[in-house]
Amino acid sequence: MTHPFVHLHKVGLTYAGADSGAGTAALEQCTLGVAKGEFVAVVGPSGCGKSSLMKLVTGLVPPSEGSIEVAGREVDGPLKIVGMAFQNPTLLPWRSTLANVMLPLEIVEPHRSRLRSDKAAYVAKAQRLLATVGLTGFDDKPPYQLSGGMQQRASLCRSLIHEPELLMLDEPFGALDAFTREELWAVLQDVWLQQRFTCILVTHDLREAVFLADRVLVMSNRPGRIVSDHTVPLPRPRTLATTFEKDFVDITQRLREEISLVRQGKSPVPVHEVAA
Amino acid sequence: MKWQSLSRTRRVELAMPWLVTLSMVLIWEIAVIAFKVPSFILPGPWEVWQTLVRFHGPIWTHALHTLFTTVVGFAIAVVFGVLLGIAIGSSRLVYNGLYPVLIGFNSVPKVAVVPVLVVWFGIGTVPAVITAFMISFFPIVVNVATGLATVEPELSDVLRSLGAKRRDILMKVGLPRAMPYLFASLKVAITLAFVGSVISETVAANEGIGYLMIQASSRFQIPLVFAGLVVIAALGIVMYVLFALLERRFTGWATRSNQPTTIATGS
Repeated sequence: MTHPFVHLHKVGLTYAGADSGAGTAALEQCTLGVAKGEFVAVVGPSGCGKSSLMKLVTGLVPPSEGSIEVAGREVDGPLKIVGMAFQNPTLLPWRSTLANVMLPLEIVEPHRSRLRSDKAAYVAKAQRLLATVGLTGFDDKPPYQLSGGMQQRASLCRSLIHEPELLMLDEPFGALDAFTREELWAVLQDVWLQQRFTCILVTHDLREAVFLADRVLVMSNRPGRIVSDHTVPLPRPRTLATTFEKDFVDITQRLREEISLVRQGKSPVPVHEVAA
Repeated sequence: MKWQSLSRTRRVELAMPWLVTLSMVLIWEIAVIAFKVPSFILPGPWEVWQTLVRFHGPIWTHALHTLFTTVVGFAIAVVFGVLLGIAIGSSRLVYNGLYPVLIGFNSVPKVAVVPVLVVWFGIGTVPAVITAFMISFFPIVVNVATGLATVEPELSDVLRSLGAKRRDILMKVGLPRAMPYLFASLKVAITLAFVGSVISETVAANEGIGYLMIQASSRFQIPLVFAGLVVIAALGIVMYVLFALLERRFTGWATRSNQPTTIATGS
């Protein structure tokens, strides 16, 4: 791999213990690379440090050891080129849906200083984005009048409005019902095919990982590190019909077996080592 | 709002405050008559009302003065309380440093401080304003600080991951999030502010309802004392309602479960 867009090199993260003594190691010797424009999913048993990985890449938490590079620069604080969406929609309840989506524009330069003068253009942009996820006509509604799935769509819009180069998704559909979740896979895929940002998706839903990603990385039990790396060769756009094809089912099945091995503390065989 | 169009339960709900107040007044009057309580011990509501009407001129002047000192003290408490609440709520260091002092300060009976204030500022309006301020700022500080300290980490992570500065996070998430807490404290604080100013007026003043009551009781005009109490209670309720309305106007999103909402359908 040439110089990757996101590059973690032997990263370790240890949370300090409550008192003195050894802290909890969330990640250890974690090495991975993501190319520009690539969609990578990270899967693993629960509590393996997936969410820690998100916080490290976005610069919310500094690593205890190792180095993290994004876009050729060492990460030493929160990044401005990143959009994030979490399992909870985390919309601000006192703002309308549109105002929620436009929140990043009030923070990130150069939009921040232009927002006032180009208000109409930015509102139009936010409305277009809302339309692509099927939320036309909900601009003025407060988030609590939206269903869970609609809130998550709005949250997705918010993470994309400032055109981030890197989108970080932390189990974004984890709290939704199965139908809504599958619907939103397709929505996310459409947006990604249009805009081609780099995307890292953390999930424990293996079908979701295989449906959306170019590559699926498997993490080990805590302390987490990447133990295997699968390329998903399925053509795009993928549809729900794809999920019933043999190739899709095979990959999902192989991932499932690996994870159950990982959960017992064994190393999956064969190990595809990630090129550093 | 049309009374006819309201549902039966809603009508009962709206009538409840009046019904309860009326029946309490009625019980009071009946008890006073039945047990032949002399008016210099406990006047009945009818007599209190007559006194109110008879002395409405001076009562009005004194009530306005009390309202003025209370509102001024309260306004200072809001400004000071919000600023201090922000400092305490957003910095662990300030929290650790100031909290014991604040608790200690709040435990001091304010009536004991009034004589000191009189020595410093003389008899009159200033001690009353300061007492109203001292007694009412504490709940504001605590609530604003709590509102800020309990912001969900995920909400601030959303902004932090965009490179937002502390000030941005405070303005966009912290303060709006703390608004329901602030308004809850304002409703408590305004009634406390009345307690403060009236306490000070009873100790050292030549104007205000507190002063009027002390004068009346020294002349055994107990009905007039009760008239003063009723006026203070009424002022307290009016101010409370004012802030409850403001609360509903500004933080409707936080109390949405009490109001009927139209839930949008769709996935």
